[in-house]
Amino acid sequence: MDGNLNMIGYGLAAIGPGVGIGLIFAAYISGVARQPEAQSRLQSIAILGFALAEALAIIGIALAFVL
Amino acid sequence: MFGTTMAASGGEFVAPGPNSFDFSKQALFHIGDTAVTKPMVQLVLGALVVFVFFYAAFRRATLVPGRLQFAGESAYGMVRNSIGRDIIGSHDFIKFVPYLVTLFFFILINNAFASIPGIQFPTFSRASMAYALAALSWLIYNGVGIKKHGLLGYLKLQSVPSGVSPVMYPLLVPLEFFSNILVRPVTLALRLFANMFAGHLLLILFSTGGLFLLEYGGIGYVAGPLAWVLAIAISFLELLVQFLQAYVFTLLNAMYISGALADEH
Repeated sequence: MDGNLNMIGYGLAAIGPGVGIGLIFAAYISGVARQPEAQSRLQSIAILGFALAEALAIIGIALAFVL
Repeated sequence: MFGTTMAASGGEFVAPGPNSFDFSKQALFHIGDTAVTKPMVQLVLGALVVFVFFYAAFRRATLVPGRLQFAGESAYGMVRNSIGRDIIGSHDFIKFVPYLVTLFFFILINNAFASIPGIQFPTFSRASMAYALAALSWLIYNGVGIKKHGLLGYLKLQSVPSGVSPVMYPLLVPLEFFSNILVRPVTLALRLFANMFAGHLLLILFSTGGLFLLEYGGIGYVAGPLAWVLAIAISFLELLVQFLQAYVFTLLNAMYISGALADEH
């Protein structure tokens, strides 16, 4: 079986953003549950946070193929 | 092209990789010396679809909208209100709305090509396409910032954080400059590119892997169809990701513009 060790490294690196994105949406869901009328304001903030946390995973996948 | 049968690969599964995205040997036609490939055609097609849709929707705009005009107005209103007005602010968002609406629907249709039967290739899984879009947005947000604050004022706005003691400036100013001016367009492009790339790669992996397992026989008769069921499930996840990435790209564009327009504190 052959493969690239980079991919294992990427799998490990993706744990961080995975946890981060989970925390962001957990906070978003509990925020909406407590105050449903704030959903429209929270939504764009949550998606922004998601995009920023996801950037780490994205940089990881790019580097896994490049390096 | 993607289908790797056992006969073709000699009984060895060939995992999809960046090669699956390389169309340079499969030019559709040539214009002069330039080979025109599938992603290039899709890019033009995407622009045409967006243009034709909005042109048809607003060609004979009436006070009481018809069906098509209603669809066009809802699409326009969603980007205008939820991205433009909420992020940039009601004072000067209106002149950026055409750019944001076009950008959103252009990215959306190009991402949706990944799921449209017969095309099934996301245009922005070619990195250069995403870099071009990010370069455009870099020019725009820096342009409006420099126009409003002047070159030095704009650089000060972007790289000198407010409410920090000047002792920290030698550390923070290069970092802020690096993050706000240099890294932003790169992450913007990479996010769109890598999401489309990874999603399409997953789909290829599950479809060709399912075929390989079926041909392998034995336990493959169970595992192969299971892989195809997962491929269908992932297709639906991809639909969500396609919309989300178009939304995020436009949202971040609006945030960068509003950051460039912000008054100094």
